[in-house]
Amino acid sequence: LQFSVKTYHNAVHSLFSERTVDDRKLLSGDEAVALAAKDAGIALGTGYPGTPSTEILETFGALGGNARWAPNEKVALEVGLGAAFGNARALVTMKHVGLNVAADPLFTAAYTGVAGALVVVTADDPGMSSSQNEQDNRRYAIAAGLPMLSPADAQEAYDFLLAAVELSERWKLPVLFRMTTRVCHSKSLVRRRGPGAPPRAPFFERDIPGRVMVPAFARPAHRRLRAKLDELARFAETTDLNVVTDADPDLGIITDGVSYLHAAEAAPAASTFKIGLVHPLPLERIRAFARRVRRCLVIEEGDPVIADALRAAGIAVESKPAAFRFGELDVARVRRILARDESPEPPAPKGKPPELCPACPYHPVYAALRKLDCIVAGDIGCYTLGVMEPYRAMDTCVAMGASLGVGLGLRHVLPPEQARRVVSIIGDSTFIHSGVSGLMELVYNPPPLGHVVIVLDNGITAMTGQQEHPGTGRSLAHGPAGHVSIEGLVRAMGVEATVIDAFADPAGFEKLLESRLAGGQVSVIVSRRPCILAAADIRRWDEENASRTAGAGCAGCAEVDG
Amino acid sequence: MSGRVTNVVLAGLGGQGVIKASEILCDAAVRAGHDVKKAEVHGMSQRGGSVTSDVRFGPKVLSPMVPRGEADFLLVLAASEVEVTRPLLRPGGVLIAPDLVPEAELGNRRSLNVALLGALSAHLSIPAEVFLDAVKAALPERLHALNAQAFAAGRARGEKAAVVGR
Repeated sequence: LQFSVKTYHNAVHSLFSERTVDDRKLLSGDEAVALAAKDAGIALGTGYPGTPSTEILETFGALGGNARWAPNEKVALEVGLGAAFGNARALVTMKHVGLNVAADPLFTAAYTGVAGALVVVTADDPGMSSSQNEQDNRRYAIAAGLPMLSPADAQEAYDFLLAAVELSERWKLPVLFRMTTRVCHSKSLVRRRGPGAPPRAPFFERDIPGRVMVPAFARPAHRRLRAKLDELARFAETTDLNVVTDADPDLGIITDGVSYLHAAEAAPAASTFKIGLVHPLPLERIRAFARRVRRCLVIEEGDPVIADALRAAGIAVESKPAAFRFGELDVARVRRILARDESPEPPAPKGKPPELCPACPYHPVYAALRKLDCIVAGDIGCYTLGVMEPYRAMDTCVAMGASLGVGLGLRHVLPPEQARRVVSIIGDSTFIHSGVSGLMELVYNPPPLGHVVIVLDNGITAMTGQQEHPGTGRSLAHGPAGHVSIEGLVRAMGVEATVIDAFADPAGFEKLLESRLAGGQVSVIVSRRPCILAAADIRRWDEENASRTAGAGCAGCAEVDG
Repeated sequence: MSGRVTNVVLAGLGGQGVIKASEILCDAAVRAGHDVKKAEVHGMSQRGGSVTSDVRFGPKVLSPMVPRGEADFLLVLAASEVEVTRPLLRPGGVLIAPDLVPEAELGNRRSLNVALLGALSAHLSIPAEVFLDAVKAALPERLHALNAQAFAAGRARGEKAAVVGR
């Protein structure tokens, strides 16, 4: 395995060449998915960075796979769907909340199905180690009507990804691949499998009734989907993706994902029903299992998705107490569930919270927002840390791109003395992701006293570990790529845009912000300075790219990631 | 210690080399023929916040996370993190605190992570040379001598690590 030179993830990637026992390698779940994608002949991997999913595409790219970042998850899913319409195998990755963004095409892709393979990774974050909510995306499999696999560790992440590609090609459906933080980021030993069925060469075959979802074609498509799901439900009853271990007849545990490992450790003697295919569920096989044990418990992280489905099917199972819906499970919490212990749990160690880096270029921006007593509609990224002391200069943070809409809503209804203090603040990657639509709302429905948007442009998707985006003009592997100018985009919509470096000129920034707030117009301030953690790399990448483009002539085009 | 799973928690602040130390420990355990699992939470840790990494090894490891209060060893790189992470140790577990190896014995402060791994190694059945191979594999060659010195300094003081009872 050859790896390109990486800076941030070099420690992670060195594992591929180092740690081995016999032929096994110590990999994270994300790395295992990337390796499986390579081995499965995935022709195109796309997604948007989001903890804990980010390393999948980075590793896939480093392994020589065709990996690229999309501006957001919806676009990524659509690109993957197009590739799968063209008979290719495609992988799309995102964090759990990213699937909300991609949900629109996802639900109808279940109707159209695919010609090749489409695997959609959703990386959930129970416990919210780096997320704004802990939604349980197993619900999406039910809502969209798609098969979903749920691996427990890195070996299963590898094996199940191969299985997901097979399932997708067999049933001509997108397959959801649900990981969680502990599956993505935990490392364990992985054995690589031999090559499976090779992918077909992509080609286009017209199927207008199958892919043009006007009502007349969508109605039969929905029936086709339900028929496929009936077949999949029969498949679920026999597949070895689900593993039943009959042991202690007094205690049976039904579980999925990493919860299985906690349960197997907490109750080593128990009979277990480990669900690998979480949708559709093998209801009859579970019904028989539940009958064979005296006490039957569902141990699952997050929502009681499995327990509810089993009870609806008339299978008597015990669910966890409500307190265990919150946060991650671990061995100690599973022991409590088994013991029906609902006494208060010991608090987690209170460590030092993260903060803006000491040399972060955003400090003067937040100092000014605080000093001017702004009402700040915030957004998602490192800069959300402006909410911490000493600034406490953020009043809302809800979803990617939400700062514009939320700021505008406040501007529309607040009394003038408050309305004129409202500011929307958003990072460069987030602006590209979904801030742009809010900008159109700003143009179309401007508030009476105008509005001020600050774009914090540090030249990278910093929060997730320094990924590229269309605004950086560099590809996933940091090579040359097309470039979207943030201020160009703003000006093209007829909005005034001023570019400043608040770090170099704090007083100038404060003055500019003050005058814009007083001006009553709609305006955008772009504060631009590279992320302090990425600045040296950005300089090097840009120099390398400039010399490649300048010196290589036409050959340079071939060097562009393709 | 063979036959059961050894639980190690490594703790510190973002940028101190907690993750690097846990990578080295995992590599050494794999080289010594153990099943190994490692868990940590990425994301916010780059921003200077607390970082912990769980490493478990033995004949077969199930859950990747060390249950709270069941760590056999707690290796801490930042003095400020000692008290907050102490409840992770089991009664009778071993605390390897940052002041165990005096700074004068390190070629460089940044080698504290490797020095504390040296201290940990004094308590484990994994041979020192296997650990050193893992250290070398994880670091560029120009840092090998410096870190071998740090490892030796830590290993010499390893027996003095505090046993924490509760």
